Amino acid sequence: MFDFLKPPVLSFQEYLALAGRATQNVVRRPFYGQDVLLQMDTIGVGSIPITILIGFFSGAVMALQMSRALAQYGASGEVGKITAITLVRELGPVLTALLVAGRNASGIASELGSMKVTEQIDAMRALGTDPIKKLVTPRLIALCIMLPLLTVLADFIGLFGGYMVGVPLLRLTTGAQYWMSSYQSLEFNDLGQGLLKPFVFAYIIASVGCFFGMRTTGGTQGVGRATTQAVVVASVWIFVIDIVMTRIFLWIAT
Amino acid sequence: MADECILRFENVSMHFDGDDAPALDRVSFNLMAGETIVLFGAAGAGKTVLLKLAVGLLRPVSGRILLFGRDVTELREQEWYAMRARAGILFQEGGLFDSMTIEENVSYPMLNQKLVEIAPEEVHRRVEEVLQFVGLPQTMDKFPSELSGGMRRRVGIARATVTHPKLLMYDSPTAGLDPITANRIIALLIKERELRNTASMIVTHRFQDGHMLATFRYNPQTDKVLEASPEQREKLHTRFFVMKDGRLVFEGTEEELDKSTDPYISKFTMQRV
Ligand SMILES: Nc1ncnc2c1ncn2[C@@H]1O[C@H](COP(=O)(O)OP(=O)(O)OP(=O)(O)O)[C@@H](O)[C@H]1O
Ligand SMILES: [Mg+2]
Repeated sequence: MFDFLKPPVLSFQEYLALAGRATQNVVRRPFYGQDVLLQMDTIGVGSIPITILIGFFSGAVMALQMSRALAQYGASGEVGKITAITLVRELGPVLTALLVAGRNASGIASELGSMKVTEQIDAMRALGTDPIKKLVTPRLIALCIMLPLLTVLADFIGLFGGYMVGVPLLRLTTGAQYWMSSYQSLEFNDLGQGLLKPFVFAYIIASVGCFFGMRTTGGTQGVGRATTQAVVVASVWIFVIDIVMTRIFLWIAT
Repeated sequence: MADECILRFENVSMHFDGDDAPALDRVSFNLMAGETIVLFGAAGAGKTVLLKLAVGLLRPVSGRILLFGRDVTELREQEWYAMRARAGILFQEGGLFDSMTIEENVSYPMLNQKLVEIAPEEVHRRVEEVLQFVGLPQTMDKFPSELSGGMRRRVGIARATVTHPKLLMYDSPTAGLDPITANRIIALLIKERELRNTASMIVTHRFQDGHMLATFRYNPQTDKVLEASPEQREKLHTRFFVMKDGRLVFEGTEEELDKSTDPYISKFTMQRV
């Protein structure tokens, strides 16, 4: 009766198995440090320009939108606070993660997918290396390190974007007050949330990208399919996990 | 010839989820040391699946597989790594790592395979030697994408043979190549099996490949591959298998293959040039 549920449940089991093994390998020999560094470079450093761009504009647009609402309550001076809180808690982690999902979940899936269909994954196993150790774990580690860093970068650039709009452009407040109120508004809970979220999102992006890459079948067409699925599934999971985590942090804070 | 059984299949079946028919249907055979098996079969007959089962890249749904006398049917992936070090495989799609140079590709098994113990300073020399063997000494620092299809195939052979495994499996080594390059590749396989007395299994669509394997010998003095005299041919121990829809439908010598009147089986001999 529930036969239609079988394929997704089986896939999810396979996903958990892959993610589990990749995670165990973090502490198991052999370590492929070289591969981790390479991935940190392509995934992390490669994403810096776009992170800066998006960070700046999201902060700027945030301040712009809020300026009117704040003016109604005569609280224009609080623009720094509002921008800081929304950026650090929500926009920074989610936007950066979505961006990196679009850029790298697809990149990972298509790279591993091409390796799968040209039998490079089989060759790897035949020649004595565990592809999960050699391919999946390095990507997982690299993303879990780089995404929080990218998020911090996006947060700062976003605050700067908010400053540009709030202070020189709209003259809502003074520069000193902007930075002061944004600094003071942030609590430990916000920072924890702002760093833990990207860490979990990174895990999702890397593992989902690798999962769809590793199970690619059906030639180059299959690679295209794997790529699309990876981005869609990773993005959806980012939103789902985001709401769950936000709920948990609110619950902790009260 | 030692009567050592290198690879043994006992009623091995394979079934992929979602397929109606099994990919492999109760296949049984033995491959002895020093023996060559030429495997024919239409597309989708299950040849690649058979080779991958032999080295544990796939798991059979039923039956038993013995590799070097050891039952490997239930082996865990971690245990497989040690077993695979004794078998070399050339993949149909090449399987060369395209992010690595030819030198890195060929040295990969020496640096990563369990049980293979080669001193690091030895590795470079071995790569040079084996690339010389396949006639591509100049390609060390190139990437696979910079080579032609035939050259890539030869790099694949170099990588499969560099650790001198006792069992070699070649999946369609001559597919899509011109006759000159194809013959050159078969000559390489003959040379390799002669020098190291390996057991080999060769998947091909060309009858001519099988004919060469069954009747040609390598002469170390002249470094040439030549037709063997009829009494020498006996010693080449070449058998022919034909697969159809996952079943092994023929097993025998070249002569028996020639005589077969089965319309499917004789299709493979009629391509004779
Ligand atoms: N990974 C897989 N998943 C699902 N089905 C597969 C897989 N690999 C092979 N098959 C199926 O198993 C059957 C045998 O495939 P196999 O690759 O062994 O054919 P082949 O004899 O090597 O053909 P070719 O000469 O075209 O290489 C085919 O029907 C194929 O669709
Ligand atoms: Mg095949």
